[in-house]
Amino acid sequence: MPNFETVEVTTDFLIVGGGMAACGAAVEAAHWAKKHGLQVTLVDKAAMDRSGAVAMGLSAINLYVGLRDNENTVMQYVEYVRNDLMGVARDDLVYNVARHVDSTVHLFEKWGLPIWPKGDDDPFRIGPYQRGGRWQAMINGESYKVIVAEAAKNALGVDNIYERVFIVDPIVENNRFVGCVGFSTREEKFYVFRAKVALCAMGGCVGVFRPRSSGEGLGRSWYPPFSTGSSAYFTIKAGAEMTCQEVRFIPVRFKDAYGPVGAWFLLFKSTATNAFGEVYMQTNAGELDNWGKYGKVKPIPANLRNYLGMMDVSAGKGPLYMQTADAIKRLAAKYEGDEKAFKKKMKHLHDEAWEDFLDMTISQALLWAACNIHPEQQESEIAAAEPYFIGSHSGASGAWISGPDDVAPPEYFWGYANLTTVDGLFAAGDASGASSHKFSSGSHAEGRIAAKAACKYLVDKNPDLPALDPAVVEALKAKVLAPLDRFVEFKDFTTAPEVNPNYILPKQYKHRIQKLMDEYAGGWGANFTTSKMLLEKGMWYLQMLKEDSEKLAARDLNELMRCWENIHRTWVAESHIRTVLFREETRWPGYYFRADFPKMDDSWEVFVNCKYDPNSGEWEVFKRDIIKL
Amino acid sequence: MPTFVMTEKCDGCKGQDKTACMYICPNDLIVLDKEKMKAHNRAPDECWECLCCVKICPQQAMDLRGYADFVPMGASCVPLRGSQDIMWTVKFRNGDIKRFKFPTRTTEEGMAAPDGGYGAGTDDIADVVHLYTEPASLGVAVSTPK
Repeated sequence: MPNFETVEVTTDFLIVGGGMAACGAAVEAAHWAKKHGLQVTLVDKAAMDRSGAVAMGLSAINLYVGLRDNENTVMQYVEYVRNDLMGVARDDLVYNVARHVDSTVHLFEKWGLPIWPKGDDDPFRIGPYQRGGRWQAMINGESYKVIVAEAAKNALGVDNIYERVFIVDPIVENNRFVGCVGFSTREEKFYVFRAKVALCAMGGCVGVFRPRSSGEGLGRSWYPPFSTGSSAYFTIKAGAEMTCQEVRFIPVRFKDAYGPVGAWFLLFKSTATNAFGEVYMQTNAGELDNWGKYGKVKPIPANLRNYLGMMDVSAGKGPLYMQTADAIKRLAAKYEGDEKAFKKKMKHLHDEAWEDFLDMTISQALLWAACNIHPEQQESEIAAAEPYFIGSHSGASGAWISGPDDVAPPEYFWGYANLTTVDGLFAAGDASGASSHKFSSGSHAEGRIAAKAACKYLVDKNPDLPALDPAVVEALKAKVLAPLDRFVEFKDFTTAPEVNPNYILPKQYKHRIQKLMDEYAGGWGANFTTSKMLLEKGMWYLQMLKEDSEKLAARDLNELMRCWENIHRTWVAESHIRTVLFREETRWPGYYFRADFPKMDDSWEVFVNCKYDPNSGEWEVFKRDIIKL
Repeated sequence: MPTFVMTEKCDGCKGQDKTACMYICPNDLIVLDKEKMKAHNRAPDECWECLCCVKICPQQAMDLRGYADFVPMGASCVPLRGSQDIMWTVKFRNGDIKRFKFPTRTTEEGMAAPDGGYGAGTDDIADVVHLYTEPASLGVAVSTPK
């Protein structure tokens, strides 16, 4: 074993992650910790200023309810989310995020995030902020994450923050969280964190399915490539019950660079068409009748909107286009005859369109410039991307958590909000499931909710710091660092390190998982279609891949992190295949299609949950009832 | 390469306490060659093109070259990030140039007070309805089910 120093850190409350949910947790926990004499520690694999999904920036806050000014009610949001997910949502969790999220947004504004004040032309006439859509507030969001991280760091103090430490595995004894282990990505140090409670907030999962890109662009995923399934792995391996692991998300975005379409649809009122100029949402509208009451709700669920577009692609009517030029013309038409107002409006729209990309998807701005595309002059291609696991957006995967004390039905409540089914282990953001559409602001609010609950747990129970068996720690150290050993042991067998029969490098391993998931579990290459036969075959290959994960080799610390990121992805893949297989219907046709069960079946309007037993190594997949508020 | 480092301009942040690009990259892609005192992006095909490295570079030694598998050559997209705003110069393949300036924050850097000035709120750990700073930060009573 490499001669890594073992560093042990003990704390009361450990926040694992550094993104929006973790930063919310830091702000909240710091207050309660000071008041009640608790110690809070945060560990992040990156630098908090630019860690997590908001690293690049965002051009909108996608969730601001507007409670103060009676713009919307909490229950309106709950119903919107439930309908968008075709009935599969935890109302109690969505309710809890929605009732607190405005508070978080108001803090963002105080911290210095520029939120656009309401303009004269805002269709939603009340409220303080310019709306991009019913729930969106427009921002100048290049520094969104920097500002949110600043408040978190000011609250917690830099001495309580460990950056560039990658957490690999949880340690759980008798279903009680006791700690976790990882390593520094900068120096030869193995970390052991012992904590009384922890919050898992390590983001969603990218890179399980083959991306559309084939070369350098492999990194240009819609959600960031550094969200690698660490949350789901952490809770699954801890033995926590998971929910909605089948509910992946397929974003339809500007093709190849994945620039955001939200502003174009919601703010600019643009239409999307097939190559013949037909608006597929109208020409294929009859298909909506096949999806029960969810085909009739407004707005039409995201997955059904995807599906109507996919139908035209399958029929050979592609490419699909965002009709940007028409949209700009329509918006400007209102000013005809008033040349000065027209020019002013056009410049404003033009800047908004470019800022939308420059704030959050710079690649798309570059792609337009490289293709000489001026959006006011010509349309731009859109396409369905590869699948993602992102419980905070329009997917729903994550841990099954306790609801809030005063809202959750008894079946959904076990003592503390956001507590997983593992004692002492909480989850928030992309790590918690069945509470979609939290987005950046809701994830921050949920981090706060979870942090207060975790502090309350500590004050109520005053538990002892769990002891760790040194033998368990040594075994984990050997396991975590094994890929480095393996490389050293075998590297001289061949003359080139990339090809060696004794090991597999993380990049090759990643290609293998992505190929098998794409082909057997309904990736873009399989037109998002799968079946029992395909899934079972995919599982057969996946089990061999899992075995081969014990032959991963790393040449340095960076590759060691890549090895473990890919193992994390593998467990997400397994939970996905098992749950897609279990649900014998097609409920989200624009996310995936079960060719052997092509219709929605009301008897499947339930949660599909799964649980891995760390003692026996067995998986269990089962139904849970949906209890509406 | 997605982001790349210009040899002439990079000084390895020798006058700084840490190499800025290496510090900030969310995907841990930038490495410093300590002999040459030059940084580079070690895995272009894992780069998200978030440009965090480009924005933070004190020498403006970093830039973006679009992904080779789908971006035609010849365009550029260069940020200049200050403490309150960011300026962008977007150059098209055909030579067209667009310039933008957007605000990035309304407060002084480093000064974000965790409570936003709203104070501690009900300040009771046993209160399962209110978070820290509530209800003041919400501006209205916290909703509870009927």
